[in-house]
Amino acid sequence: MQPLSNIESLLYFTPELLLVVSAIVVILVDLGVKNRESSTVAYLSLAGIGCVFAAVLLTHGQLGDRTSISLFLGMIRLDAFSTFFKVLLLLATTATILFSIRSAELDAQLKGEYHALLLAITLGMFLMASSTNLLMIFISLETVSLTSYILAGFLTHNPRSSEAAFKYITYGAVASGTMLFGLSFLFGMTGTGDLGQISTKLTELLAAGEVFPLTVLIAIIFVLAGVGYKIASVPFHMWSPDVYEGAPIPITAFLSVASKSAGFALFIRFFYSGFSSSEVMQSVDWTLMLAIVSALTMTVGNLAALPQQNVKRLLAYSSIAHGGYLLMGGVLLTSEGIGAILFYLVVYLFMNLGAFYVVVLIANEEGSEMIEGYRGLASRAPLVAGAMAIFLFSLTGIPPFAGFFGKWLLFAAVLEQGYYWLAFVGLLNSVVSLYYYARIVKAMYFEAADEETTSTSTAFSAGTFALLSVFVIPTILIGFINIFYTFSNISVSVLPIQ
Amino acid sequence: MLLSLMIFIPLLGMIAVLLLPRESEELVKRVTLLFTLIPLALAVALFISYDRSAAGTQYVVNIPWIQAFNIQYHIGIDGLSVTLLLLTALLGPICVIASWRNIEKGIKAYMALFLLLETGMLGFFAALDLFLFYVFFELTLLPMYFLIGVWGGPRREYAAIKFFLYTLFGSVLMLVAMIAVYLNSGAPGARTFDIPTLITLAATEGHALNNLNFQIWAFLGFFIGFAVKVPIFPFHTWLPDAHVEAPTAISVILAGILLKMGTYGLVRVNMAMFPQGMDFFCNGTGTWGNSLALLGFINIVYGSFCALAQTDFKKLVAYSSIGHMGFVILGLAARNTEGITGAILQMFNHGVISGMLFLLVGVLYDRAHHREINGFGGLGAKMPVYTGITTLAFMASLGLPGLSGFVGEALSLLGAYDKFKMLTILSTIGIVVGAAYFLWTLQRVFLGTLNPKYEALPEINGREILTLAPLGILTIVLGIWPNFAIDMFRESVTNLVNVLQAI
Repeated sequence: MQPLSNIESLLYFTPELLLVVSAIVVILVDLGVKNRESSTVAYLSLAGIGCVFAAVLLTHGQLGDRTSISLFLGMIRLDAFSTFFKVLLLLATTATILFSIRSAELDAQLKGEYHALLLAITLGMFLMASSTNLLMIFISLETVSLTSYILAGFLTHNPRSSEAAFKYITYGAVASGTMLFGLSFLFGMTGTGDLGQISTKLTELLAAGEVFPLTVLIAIIFVLAGVGYKIASVPFHMWSPDVYEGAPIPITAFLSVASKSAGFALFIRFFYSGFSSSEVMQSVDWTLMLAIVSALTMTVGNLAALPQQNVKRLLAYSSIAHGGYLLMGGVLLTSEGIGAILFYLVVYLFMNLGAFYVVVLIANEEGSEMIEGYRGLASRAPLVAGAMAIFLFSLTGIPPFAGFFGKWLLFAAVLEQGYYWLAFVGLLNSVVSLYYYARIVKAMYFEAADEETTSTSTAFSAGTFALLSVFVIPTILIGFINIFYTFSNISVSVLPIQ
Repeated sequence: MLLSLMIFIPLLGMIAVLLLPRESEELVKRVTLLFTLIPLALAVALFISYDRSAAGTQYVVNIPWIQAFNIQYHIGIDGLSVTLLLLTALLGPICVIASWRNIEKGIKAYMALFLLLETGMLGFFAALDLFLFYVFFELTLLPMYFLIGVWGGPRREYAAIKFFLYTLFGSVLMLVAMIAVYLNSGAPGARTFDIPTLITLAATEGHALNNLNFQIWAFLGFFIGFAVKVPIFPFHTWLPDAHVEAPTAISVILAGILLKMGTYGLVRVNMAMFPQGMDFFCNGTGTWGNSLALLGFINIVYGSFCALAQTDFKKLVAYSSIGHMGFVILGLAARNTEGITGAILQMFNHGVISGMLFLLVGVLYDRAHHREINGFGGLGAKMPVYTGITTLAFMASLGLPGLSGFVGEALSLLGAYDKFKMLTILSTIGIVVGAAYFLWTLQRVFLGTLNPKYEALPEINGREILTLAPLGILTIVLGIWPNFAIDMFRESVTNLVNVLQAI
């Protein structure tokens, strides 16, 4: 189908436009707000997100019988896949704003630009999920990266936060430079930026022997540097523990969920539209390389998480490991694999954000993110401790929680393709991960609180429990509800997978 | 319906308990007791109304659950599961009563977790869908972890995480095997987790599940998962730690039911679904032909000798469990009617007897606050009733004819002798050593001169007798009239033996 022209495309671009409008409104209103403590701006951006959400659903409705529409002369694409990620990203952004309102460490800093930046980063991620052109891919990636550098360093009084931002920029600049280099290879070989055309061109060129397969492989590896950096896969993961530890907790939560999801959206679209034709696969088998990266990512993440004392840092490593599990689905070249990734991302959104919310709550109470602060939580705040235990066991992948169903789908997809060694590595990693997740549970349930340092009972507001239950209930129920499996499968059906 | 009700009533009880105020401890206990008595009543009703002459499953419920993967809520009972369901339901209220006085903190959470555990166990024995089976199997893990970790002894944290890690390791291998079975069960869209269907498919000539190589690997995957639970040497090292640290009632459940989940899984999945895999490990020829029987033998002899070396009363009982579970493995390895009947009977009997033994250890520990066997002596004169019941339990456990332990072990050995003569003869060493450590313990604790410290040790009380009496009666009844239980699963065993011999 012919791509729509720039003007025609605008109608289908309303969610993104609304995000821009909301960001501007937030900045303007913030200029007029006298009281810095008030959450007016936060609620305003929530309202903006509500409108965007409606717009996403409406534009998706515009698709009608078509599976996808190519917008802006083939720059971005509207399809079930991008809608899936847009909804997911909006959920993550909403949760992050709610966390920020409740986070004590951000109290003095809840300025308009914080929310404007969150809206801007969401825009970047929307584009990451829908770009089909090399140029657009790079621009969207940079939009997200630049914004996250600022957000990671948002605690200006905290040197660790500044350190995080600095490391983030340094690693990020190298990664995107490398990626850009790789993209230029691809453009040089094929003379086009469009992923679909790259696929056809590469197939022709490889068949005619006009390009070296090795050149294609090198280009892929370079691009992987950029994508791998976003999803924090080995060996591009080094930035993430420091950044996660230094950034404000809501931003850490956001990066670990939204940034990773957007990274996977880009990864899937890039590789599956550009490089999944059987001719390309015959000469350049990038899946084995990815399988090894996946195995390394989960192993490194899990082993590094074992000795951590800081819960935020522990969750950072755990999220690296989860990136590894997710990557398993990406090496299979099957729709089951991609479906499993999408399903797992939904589950991961709820359980990981939930865990980070508890970290926010405890940090507010204790002023620290260390495991010691969780001692005796079960007797101080049984509901919060119970919720945390559910999130952690779900992250481990223990039934009946949603994490198990997510892992089950991933492993089933992996085994179906005969990658027994990969499934085996993944499952052993799940066992290892139990050990460090259980350390937090142990602190909460098996150990008594230090008398001097902690209050004997902690009172949380009804709003806290309401927000907590928003994460707990899906974490318990998603696996049992049929609709989620169908939902993630529909989103996959639009990709060209043979 | 009756069956589903039985499985989920404890879960309802958990919700009820959680809604009660934390202060009203008496009420919490009573509500819990009520919600464990109802499943017991239902289990007795099932036990009575179960059609003994019919093979195959009864009280079947089959509802689609996760349609995308053809996962069903499929439950039903045959003779084997109804026997173990009765055991589970019986130990439920007994454990609640046993926990009445000696759980000092957080009784509400304790009882809630206990009820969750009961739902997991009951569901596991009734599940006929592999996925559901796995979910229930894992559902017992979490409550057990907390019950040991929060209410256990001094090294409870270590014991709890060790138990959890070992079992999870086993169950992820089982998960791989389970997925492999699912993927090989048919073309995409026609795949199934349904256990009866899978058993039929595995017996169909030319089907992917019928392939010997596949059967061996799938057998191994499931086997390791269950072996950790049984526990079979060398996966047993979590058991002494878990038992020593767990509170009395939880030890009873651990030995009584959780270990049976392992052997039940071996019968339900490994034997019925992978008869060729089973044959490979039990046919008595080739490199691997004796391996299962050998593991049973090692369990019996190694467990018994370890028990002999213990000075901690509870650890002794824990190691004796390893030994007695060896008879189950040996009986199953024989793959004939006597062996399997003996193995199943031994599962039930061991549940009853080891339950008694752990309760008895608990009684003594509550009074003396230690379990050092050599620290006692001459208690026989001080606590005659306690001594009497303990002697009964010891005799039953060491296999005295006329008590239930004898029948199961004798049948297992009888079946095994037919196939593995040498290993069976050597296994009887375990019985001799078993007699040795139990009699020696009897002598050290109850005979001789009374330790003056225990001048004022009170006799066993009514509540404790209430927990022991039903188990004691069962030991005697099943010793004299084993057909009471055997009749239940005769048809199921015949069925299974047919499957095993059809290959």
